[in-house]
Order: sequence, then C-alpha cells, then structure tokens
Amino acid sequence: MGSMIGASVTRKEDPSLLTGRGSYVDDISPPGTVHMAFVRSPLAHAGIGNIDTKAALERTGVLGVWTAADLAGLPNSRSVPGMERPCLATGKVRFVGEPVAVVVASDRYLAADAAGDVDVDYEPLPACSTTDAALAPGAAPILDGLPGNVAMEQALAADDAEAELSAAAHRLQLQLVNQRCAPVPIEPTACLADWTARGLTLYLTTQAPHHMRNEIATMFGLPQQQVRLVAPDVGGGFGAKASFYPEFLLVSELSRRLGRPVKYIETRSENMMSMVHGRAQAQDIDVGFDDEGHIAALRVRITQDCGAWPDTTGVGLPMLTSFMSGGCYKIPKISPSFRSVVTNTTPVGSYRGAGRPEAAFLIERVMDRVADELGIDPLDVRRRNYIQPGEMPYATQFEGIVYDEANYPALLDRLLEKIDYQALRAEADRRRTDPNAKLLGIGFSTFVEMGGFGPTPLFEQFGFIGGWESANVRLNTDGSAVVSVGTSPHGQGHETAFSQVVSDVLSIPFDKITVLHGDTETVQEGVGTMGSRAMPVGGPAVFKAAGKVRDRAMRIAAHLLEADPDDLELVDGRFQVRGSPDSGIDLTEVAVKSLKPHLLPPDSDLGLADTAHHEPTNLSYPSGAHCCVVEVDRDTGRVDVVRYVAVDDCGKVINPLMARGQIHGGVAQGIAQALLEEVTYDEDGQLTTASVADYLVPSALDLPSYETDHQETLTSFNPLGAKGLGESGATAAPQAVVNAVVDALSHLGVRNIDMPCSPQRVWRAMRDAGSARPSEVST
Amino acid sequence: MSRHHVRITVNGVAREDEVEARLLLVHYLREVRGLTGTHVGCDTSNCGACTVMLDGQTVKSCSVFAVAADGCEVLTVEGLAVDGQLSPVQQGFQECHGLQCGYCTPGMVISATGLLLENPDPGDTAIREGIEGNLCRCTGYEMIVDSVRWAAEHGGAGAVATGTRGR
Repeated sequence: MGSMIGASVTRKEDPSLLTGRGSYVDDISPPGTVHMAFVRSPLAHAGIGNIDTKAALERTGVLGVWTAADLAGLPNSRSVPGMERPCLATGKVRFVGEPVAVVVASDRYLAADAAGDVDVDYEPLPACSTTDAALAPGAAPILDGLPGNVAMEQALAADDAEAELSAAAHRLQLQLVNQRCAPVPIEPTACLADWTARGLTLYLTTQAPHHMRNEIATMFGLPQQQVRLVAPDVGGGFGAKASFYPEFLLVSELSRRLGRPVKYIETRSENMMSMVHGRAQAQDIDVGFDDEGHIAALRVRITQDCGAWPDTTGVGLPMLTSFMSGGCYKIPKISPSFRSVVTNTTPVGSYRGAGRPEAAFLIERVMDRVADELGIDPLDVRRRNYIQPGEMPYATQFEGIVYDEANYPALLDRLLEKIDYQALRAEADRRRTDPNAKLLGIGFSTFVEMGGFGPTPLFEQFGFIGGWESANVRLNTDGSAVVSVGTSPHGQGHETAFSQVVSDVLSIPFDKITVLHGDTETVQEGVGTMGSRAMPVGGPAVFKAAGKVRDRAMRIAAHLLEADPDDLELVDGRFQVRGSPDSGIDLTEVAVKSLKPHLLPPDSDLGLADTAHHEPTNLSYPSGAHCCVVEVDRDTGRVDVVRYVAVDDCGKVINPLMARGQIHGGVAQGIAQALLEEVTYDEDGQLTTASVADYLVPSALDLPSYETDHQETLTSFNPLGAKGLGESGATAAPQAVVNAVVDALSHLGVRNIDMPCSPQRVWRAMRDAGSARPSEVST
Repeated sequence: MSRHHVRITVNGVAREDEVEARLLLVHYLREVRGLTGTHVGCDTSNCGACTVMLDGQTVKSCSVFAVAADGCEVLTVEGLAVDGQLSPVQQGFQECHGLQCGYCTPGMVISATGLLLENPDPGDTAIREGIEGNLCRCTGYEMIVDSVRWAAEHGGAGAVATGTRGR
C-alpha cells in the first residue's frame, strides 16, 4: 500500500453532496418546527421609541412577538468588557439591520409577513458611517460609556521609529485602504433550536461547535452535557461563521418558551448586513530605506473599523496585522500601532486571512513603491530584504512571533521559472507605445502569513478555551476505523484529508475510515476550524491519536507473536517481524484479540482506541510567491487578469487536489477584493451593497485560470510538517493584482489605486494622470 | 392567501398538492416534496443555488411560483443519478474537485447539465458563460470548468439527454 499522504484522492464528502443528500441546517426540520424572523432597524443610529406589535400578534399563525423588554434577563454576547452586545437592540439601534424585535410563526412566509407588521418608532441620531466621522470632535458616542468611539488603542513597539526614519537616506509615506468586504458564504446563517426536557439541541452554521456549545451553556446556566450543538454540513464560512450571533441565543430561548423547535434562516439581504464583515482597515505608513532599497524602518498606524459592536475576534485583527507588517523581510525597526474604532456599521470580524492579508498588502505595496522611488526592479528590492533560509526559525521583534522553516528566495526563483519575466516586461513596454493595445501590467506578491492558530495563550485572547486540537481514533473489530476530530469543516474536506493521515499511520485502507466531526454529543472537546489550523493543529492530533493506537496494537501483536515490539513493523495492514515477513499477524486479528483479555498481557486495557491532543508550540507561517499579469483597457479602465501564477509553501501537502482547490478559492477571493468587492455605506449609514445584485461576488466569467505549484519546506513545529493553506490565496492575491494594475499605468505617473480597482477608478486614474493613448497626447 | 391545486412531476414522480399562490417552487420542492438538495442562497435570483430543470430548461426555482409549474416536469439534483450511478456531470465534479462546501453544487450541477444538453462540446469560455448565473464562493471556478469538460468527454448530460429523466 503506497502512502496516502501526498496522494490526490477524490473526496469522501462528495457523493452525498453531489446527489442532494447533504444535510445543511435548513434541511433539518423536526416535527412541529416553527420559524423565526427579525424586525431589523432601517436606520444606522436612532433611539427606539414605541414598538407596536398588535397587528403582528393578531395575524393567524403567529406564535409571538418579542422585543428587548420581553427578553430581559437574557445575557449579552461576550466581547470586550463593557461592549457586550444584547441579543436585541435595547434603547437604541446602532447599525442598519440590527435586530429590534423577533417574530415566530408557523411558517417562514407568515413570519416574514408578521415582521413587516411590527411598527417601530425611531428617533434618528447622527450616524457615523466611517471611522473619520466617528473620530471627529463632537461625534455622537455610539456605545454607552465610550465617548470617543475608540474601543481599543495599542502601540506594539517602544517608540514610533522616528529616529530611524529620519536617519534613512530615503523616506516615503503611503496611505493604504483595505476596504470592507463581505464574506458571503453561499449558505447564509442558519440555526435550529430544539429545547426539550432532556436539554437543548442546537444546529448551527458554525466553524466552532464546542466553543458555541460552551458559550450557550454558560449563557443559559446549563450543564454542558445538556447542550448538544451540531454543525452539520456547513455551506462555507471563511471566518465569518466563527463568530457568535445573537440569533443563536434567541432561537434557543424561544424554543424553550414555546416548547417547539424554532428555526431561523437568514436571507441573503439580511446576511449582507448581519454577518460580520472583514478587512475595513486604513493604514498610514512611513518607510525609511537606503539607496539600494534596504528597508531601515517601517512605521504603521492602523485604523480599524470594528463596526457597531466590537466582535471578540474583530478587535484583535489589527494586532495580527501589526505582527505581520514586516512580511518576509528583515526590517531592523518596525513600529506598529492601532486603534479600533466603533462606527454605525455592521460589526467586523474574521474573513479569510483576518488581519494578515492587510499586512501582506501593506508590505508588498511598500516594496513596489520603494522600487519605483529608486527606479529599480521590484524583485530586486524584495531580494535585498528577504530573511534568508539559514536564519530560520526567525524571531521577529514581536514576542512569540517566530517564523518557521521557509525559503523565501527559492520561492521567488521557482516562480520565475514559470514565467518569462523579461519577455513579459518587454511586452508591457511594447504595448505602452502601441495605442491600439491594452496595457499590460505585472505584479508580484511574495508573502508570509500566519496559520496553525494557537497556541493556547494566543487563542485564549480570542475567547477560545485553547489553541490545541483533539482527535480520537478507534478501531472496530473488522479493522475499520472511526476518527472523531475537534475541527469542524465547512468545505475543506477534513473527512478525506484526515483519513489519508490515519490510513498511513495505521495501514488501514482509506475506504475503511470514517471521520466524525461537528457534533458535541459524539466528539470530544475540540476548538474548531479557523486560522488555517485544521492540518497544522488538527492534523497532528489525528496523527498522534492514530500513533497511540498503532503502538498499543504493536504491543499486543508482539505479545501474541512472542516478539519484541521494537522488532515489529506494520506493513500493508500486518504486523511482522523485521526481516522475517512470514512471522506476522494482521491488524484486524489484533483488533479482535484486543478484546480478549485472556490472550493479552495482564492488566492490559481492552480495545484499540485512543485520544490525543496537539498543542502547537508556535504558529505556522505559510508563505509563497505569486505573480499576476493584467490587461487594462485604455478606454474603459477594465482590468482583466490574464495570468495568475502561484507558488506556495504550506509545508507538507496532504492532498494535492484539495490543496489546489484551497489555493484557487483563496486567490479568487483575493482577486475579487482587488477588482470587484466593497461593502459601501452612504453618509447616513445606509448599506448600499445589501444584496448580491449590488455586492459583486465574482462569477466564472470574472475570474481567470490559475497556475499553481508547491515548494514543501516542512515546519519543524509539528510532526506532519504542515503549515496550512486555507488563507494563503486570499492573503497573497490582492497586492499581486494591485501591483500589476499600478505597474500597467506607472508610465503615466500613477502610483496607487485603491481597491477595488474598478473600471471607473482605473479610468479616472488614467484620465487624471494624462491620456492612456500616447498618440492622443500629441494631438 | 388563495390556495391552488397543482400537479407537478418531480424526478419522474407526479403528485397533486394544494399550495398557496405565493409559494415559490424552491420551497415547494424543499418543504412540500421534501427534496432538500435544492438550496436557497440569495433573494435576488443572482446566486443560482436553487437552479432546477423545468420541462428541460434550467430555471432558478426561487423565481418561479409553484403554481406556474403546474403540469410541468421538474428535474432536481436528486434525479440525476440513475440506479445509484452518478451522472457524468456529478462524476466530473468529484473527479476534478469541482466542489468544496457543496452548497452551490446542486444548482451548479443542474446548470452544467443544462449547458451540456444545449452544447455537448463546450469550450472553456462557453462553460464559463453557461455557469455564469451560479455563484460559487469556494472553488474560484477553474475546477468547476474542468469538471464540466470532464463530463463532456464522459457521456455529457447523461440520462437526461436520452429522455429517461426530466423531459
């Protein structure tokens, strides 16, 4: 049997999903299920006056209407102390879409009708839809007890690096915006609560079932064993389904009160205003460098928009950006600081990359600007600043941020083997003088990000019980295996990938392994899937649990064979004595005999099952080198990605097919951020991208083909050598695209274009810089 | 709300029901017929997660009233496999990793089937145009394009094309 780790096997998950036999939350409807709908605020900031529920209550089929006053005593959601969010707006509303009241009816159409019947009086207050507005002197305070609207402020260096910046031969200031994006998993938030005398069962679209179970149990004062939390098939998450939402608490409470299962299915329009947004960061950057482009100092001042209610994860985003602001470069002095600002907008939380894409964008734009300033190639600037492979692991100036094994220069070399950079450059130059040709731009992104979240002291700061992950492996008597994992997938393919790991360790056929996840009743305490942690943290837990079972089976085999365990090897499902393969015993037979105490050494535990946890001693640091080639239409400003090449180092690749899928999907989201997506509010705080008709989620015609490759530099910090890769594409791509767009227009004097580089923005940049048609300049 | 009598054949099975005039076909399929493979992903008919075939044409079932499907034949994702054998499109999606979370997949698979009915040998651009009305947030689309091409080379639309399903 060949190794399964590294094999492109197709997924175990697919047959049921492809035949319509998946089980998402809305597919589950216990008898008697009733439906919840929200009455949401149409205003961004307003006092709540009278709420008239009479018409709604009179409607046939309506079981009840509740406002905050009716739910007094329900706890707030956990957040920064003093900023905890109530499950319904209390006293005033703070963003468009904030729930004000909740209706339950016998079907979802009636619930929507009744929600429309509820009449709420609002007294409008001045709204702050931007951080500038929220920080302005005299701005209306949004949260009680927070007059300046600053939720958190922190400097991560002893000083502001002014001395080093002043001493540098060159100095450059940049203002960058990492615009607000919506995660838009195709399945919106859904929840179903069934509270019976035995306790509460809650089906959720979540990435962290045990975490949510613990939160809910604490909020209701229930023992944890009376709360069963199930994350069934989950239709994408991208970080946004790691957050706690008030509807989780509400469906539970209303199920308790009504004695019936209560379901809530968010509409897409609601999802656009209710599910956390991501990014929403502005950066003021000051960089000092010498004549050759060596960076001497970097100062970064971050303004993070955290929306109306600071999310536990959301407030920490700029800290992660700060830690990663130096990228894969050896910069002697980095001085980051940030402030997280409350605004009258949807709360901001984690979205694919969560704080690290913002850092990668920042430093990779800096590299291009420094190169431009000095008139040297952007790749030369990168090469001159790279941390070298011999310096790994590399301790950054930030305590606990230690980059693991990688080879940044080799990644770039490998990328350059795939593209003919000189030919592309020559073609770009040629097109500049050909008024009938589209402009060509070449952009690079050589990035490093964080994966493998924990360890525990770090992950505790985001509200989780730990930064470890858990796995249990148990063998049946026919030699098949059941694996329970604490991670909780929402498209990643854990059943397939973890089966590959177990197959290798225990020499069990891939098809005889089942992986369970996402149900707190059957799976031991776990943490969840976020921060590219499933393979670097969950994988080692699976690997260790399988290894413990293997060792136990080995001892039993040795006893039965009257051999020394050290002399045995496990080959093709059979323990055999090294050098004499005729003397051996099948793992299946060992599994049977492990349950016959009279055949075992005295005091043996029965059966072949064991649990393991893996607590990472360090984060992992996936890296890569990406190149994007764009064409820019001179007349319309439309940007087309004509080539996208990605070389990634996620350490050990477990399944190349699925690794490709992860990189593709991440790059797609990164390209979309660069060219299409932006959540916008008007100055009154009205969400102007409240549907997927207005918010541009890319279709197949908007995205290119991708060329991918891997350089496997194993990390020494976990036994699999895996670093994770779910967030790499989204971290790498935005700046590869924007660097390419700016490169295409650089001869016109364009030095920056904010994301998304929409046709209008690009066209304006060309117009403001002078005509893109050289022939027209002279006429 | 007025109620209406409808007779709708879904995946070859005809049934008569009383439905509200405003009941959407997608909710009829999911809640009246219990076929939860067809999903809802938006409320503006942009995402295509609810795509089904109605008398041989792909439609977004969130934009069709159940009463408008009276007398029609509907094919959903549950009806594609024959005798437990995945259709070529379904096989293609597995072979080429054309799905991750699976939520857009039923609509995507039906759209791809509809495309192959009309154009049995589509190039990459024709495939991308054919699935333009179906949003996927996980794959970045290239492996979906690969999946559809695989299907085109391994039996195309499958049983649907021979009239044993959905028409």
